[in-house]
Amino acid sequence: MADNPGVASAVDLFPGTGTESAEAGSTAKKIQGRSPLRLAVERLRRDRASMAALVVILLIVAVAIFAPVFAAITGHGVYQQFRGPQPPVGLTPTGQPVGPSGAFLLGTDDQGRDLLVRIAYGTRISLLVGVVATAITVAIGTVVGLTAGYFGKIADTILARLMDWLLAIPFLLLAISLASVVLVHPIGPLKPGLPIVIFVIGVLGWATIGRVVRGQVLSIREKEYIEAARALGAGPWRIMFIDILPNLLAQLIVYTTLLIPLAIVGEAGLSFLGVGVPPPTADWGEMISTAATLYLYGPWWFLVFPSVALLITTLAFNIFGDGVRDAFDPRADLFV
Amino acid sequence: MSASVAPEPGQSLITDADLADEILIRVDNLVKYFPVRGGGLVSRTVAHVKAVDGVSLEVRRGHTLGLVGETGCGKSTLARCIAGLIPATSGKVTFEGQDITNLPRRKMQPFRREIQMIFQDPYGSLNPRRRVGSIIGDPFAIHKIAKGDDRKRRVQHLMELVGLNPEHYNRFPAEFSGGQRQRIGVARALAFRPKLVICDEPVSALDVSIQAQILNLLADLQSELGLTYIFIAHDLSVVRHVINSVAVMYLGKVVEQAPVDQLWAHPRHPYTDALLSAVPIPDVERANRRDRIILVGDVPSPINPPAGCRFHPRCPKAQQACVDEVPDLSSRVGNDPGHLAACHFPVQDGEDISKFTSALGSDQRVVETGLMSGS
Amino acid sequence: MARFLIRRILQGLLVLWLMTVTVFLIFFVGPGPGAVARTLAGREATPQVVAEVSRRLLLNRPIYVQYLHFLDLLVLHGNLGHDYYHDQSVNSIIAAALPITLSLVVGASVVWLFLGTMAGVVSAVKTRSFSDRALTGLALLFYSMPSFVLGLLLILGLYYEFTIHHVSIFPAPGTWVPFTQNPLQWAHVLILPWLTLALVYAATYTRLTRGSMLDVFGEDYIRTARSKGMSERRVIFRHNLRASLTPIVTQFGLDVGGLIGGAVLTETVFALPGIGYTAINAIYQQDLPVVIGVVIVASAGVIVANMLVDMCYVLLDPRVRLH
Repeated sequence: MADNPGVASAVDLFPGTGTESAEAGSTAKKIQGRSPLRLAVERLRRDRASMAALVVILLIVAVAIFAPVFAAITGHGVYQQFRGPQPPVGLTPTGQPVGPSGAFLLGTDDQGRDLLVRIAYGTRISLLVGVVATAITVAIGTVVGLTAGYFGKIADTILARLMDWLLAIPFLLLAISLASVVLVHPIGPLKPGLPIVIFVIGVLGWATIGRVVRGQVLSIREKEYIEAARALGAGPWRIMFIDILPNLLAQLIVYTTLLIPLAIVGEAGLSFLGVGVPPPTADWGEMISTAATLYLYGPWWFLVFPSVALLITTLAFNIFGDGVRDAFDPRADLFV
Repeated sequence: MSASVAPEPGQSLITDADLADEILIRVDNLVKYFPVRGGGLVSRTVAHVKAVDGVSLEVRRGHTLGLVGETGCGKSTLARCIAGLIPATSGKVTFEGQDITNLPRRKMQPFRREIQMIFQDPYGSLNPRRRVGSIIGDPFAIHKIAKGDDRKRRVQHLMELVGLNPEHYNRFPAEFSGGQRQRIGVARALAFRPKLVICDEPVSALDVSIQAQILNLLADLQSELGLTYIFIAHDLSVVRHVINSVAVMYLGKVVEQAPVDQLWAHPRHPYTDALLSAVPIPDVERANRRDRIILVGDVPSPINPPAGCRFHPRCPKAQQACVDEVPDLSSRVGNDPGHLAACHFPVQDGEDISKFTSALGSDQRVVETGLMSGS
Repeated sequence: MARFLIRRILQGLLVLWLMTVTVFLIFFVGPGPGAVARTLAGREATPQVVAEVSRRLLLNRPIYVQYLHFLDLLVLHGNLGHDYYHDQSVNSIIAAALPITLSLVVGASVVWLFLGTMAGVVSAVKTRSFSDRALTGLALLFYSMPSFVLGLLLILGLYYEFTIHHVSIFPAPGTWVPFTQNPLQWAHVLILPWLTLALVYAATYTRLTRGSMLDVFGEDYIRTARSKGMSERRVIFRHNLRASLTPIVTQFGLDVGGLIGGAVLTETVFALPGIGYTAINAIYQQDLPVVIGVVIVASAGVIVANMLVDMCYVLLDPRVRLH
């Protein structure tokens, strides 16, 4: 947003005459301002790597939505175990998974289930947790950060300490302990499974965003246009959401795109350790975990394919996230 | 430059007869101290920044009071206390006879429609992420006066009033020049048709050629809408023709107050004298002939202002009385009642204060004379 | 400055205390009044053991008494509890596991710090060149890879493939040799785990260093140094890098502190019985006292690391002192 204080535009010299309306074309559309968001989107569109990543992400979303199609086409259900003896046979005579073949494109897992279908369904869990948990994190973090930063004093002290404390707790361990306690004995609505995973990742992770938002709000709060809003009689909530929040949007968008892959990996990690989504739900982390006990004896596909799926997903989101961050950072233009 | 104004239903045009000697706003002994925190483990208040230390003013309806002084003299703080943006430590602000000092937000709401503010920084006073139409329309939204198309119509009317193209309704502040942005700020302040507008150095950040445009705009608006201004500036020469009377501030206190032409011709307070002598004169020969009074040293800190008259460390006419007794702001010998000065030894007509030496025994000369050079 | 340090330490203590409250709430209050003793005693506990637990932890007394007892044991006696499942003190379990985690973390951190910053410097200096793009690409790849996936793939590729072809370079996962016993073997066992942790973190540090260096690159004093005729290498290392160090060092402190509890995944993959691994097993066995002990120790590690980082910040950046 370059400012040119010294440049007197034609409009300035002849106010009210609307010299620009003399130009051809629809004046109403020309006078539409280009918001910083629009500018960033345009920049993003020009970034080929990010666009490619976006396509991959959309494909992944498509896989998640149309997972049942995979089941339908192959004719193999997601929980269906093919132990034989009728074909297709999913386990070797010794009970080991079967490798990629005509019947099972990506092979089978330790229970003789079609790996391709399971991976497709696993996409659902990963994306669901990734998006929902991130949404929760960003929502809580923004509101808390706004409140702490704007109101200051007591509210800020309490909330800031709360965030410090939350950040101090080693996330993984806390997640694990919560999940473990719940495994033994449900706490309220928190039962083992999807709810606890989303809760843990979403609710425990907001402190990072909260801190960033708070910092921003603290500096924005001192700006003159906030003072002007108060002079007009605007109340604190209006100022927070209508004046301050739009200035936070860029950062929030960047953080959201960066948090989603972290949530996905977090979920996979929890499942890998056995405190995530319980079987028989198809989940990449759980598949990798089971595969880890077996792969040293042969079935590499059981380990590699879910790992590749996880890697591609995370990579796509990270590349896109990097692109989003660069799109909002005007300095990036210097190096283009 | 500005479109003529059709009165809103129910509001009559202000005529000269209405501009009686009615006092619109009065400030009584306003004090604002900012605590300085320091101390050990728990932060305590160790001192106070005495930003405004007992200021009393009145402004008549339809008039413009200028508040002049160097950076740090407290004029911006005073303005914000009057506007209710900062709570006053003590003292009273009376608007149209009603006490509006430190009112809670809800009670202050109706007064916000009467008292508005124009800010100094055209780049900082507008939210860069909001469209101009939304910014100007804010007052209507906040006080729930108008919605939708009605609001848009009013906003565009305001834009025309201040000399902006109403078709730029959807643009962002970044797409306007500094002068135009100030116009946006003016439009926003005028949305309510306020009675009092406090202008905090509205032209200081603008190029000189643009300053004149904005000043003219403000003058035009004043006569058309019957506005009353409190006009803050640090450069007397720029605002001389916009202001009716002036209050000169130094370190939180008013040191001189007079109608502007009187102040210009007969400054009584040594500080005012020095300030005026710093004003550039377009005539080079006259400028070279004149001795400019250059005050040595910096403005002392408002945390620990000097005893007695605060100006005495830098004043060429200082004597012991100046340390012992705080001079009150009153009409001095030779002035008419409208011209007040806070000085024990005011400057007489024809006096050249650079010829004086302070009686307070400091070794260095307190003032120097010289050509137009920066000190 | 002393004031700042004291304030910081007090804040740290406050957070430590809050952490104990959290732990207490989750484990001693969460399960509900009747179930606490049972959950703490472990899955296979007999009724006598459950009763013993009840008695020891004063579970019949009001909550604040329990908490005070808990705090008393923890702070005044350094006692993290008792593992009823194995009938061992939690302290001894953790004392056995801690050196393993520390070996892993410290070793890896040295590698990633060096690797990451060097790669970042090269990347920043040669912006847009092939090396830059290659390094950035690799960094992105490893950054996106969850540590456990990387670990497993490394084992698959480097250990498994070699071994079935009878080339034995890396030892089997699950072996552990203490440093004091045989330093060479100790390192040998740790190479793959170190590599796993280090690659992922090095990726982060490459990106961080690159960004930080580029930020400083544009500053005027760099240009001045160059115009004075300083050799490019000196400009890069003495001025540019030094100024870029602050965020890197801060991040490093936080990462190392956090890894004490967070290296769970790597430890699990390589079956290294460190703190995280012990905690996970304890969870499987529903042996909560061990989990509690680990959470406390790991949290303390993070909190202390945060404090140290903040205090170092004051030393590194003189501007902070004026605040």
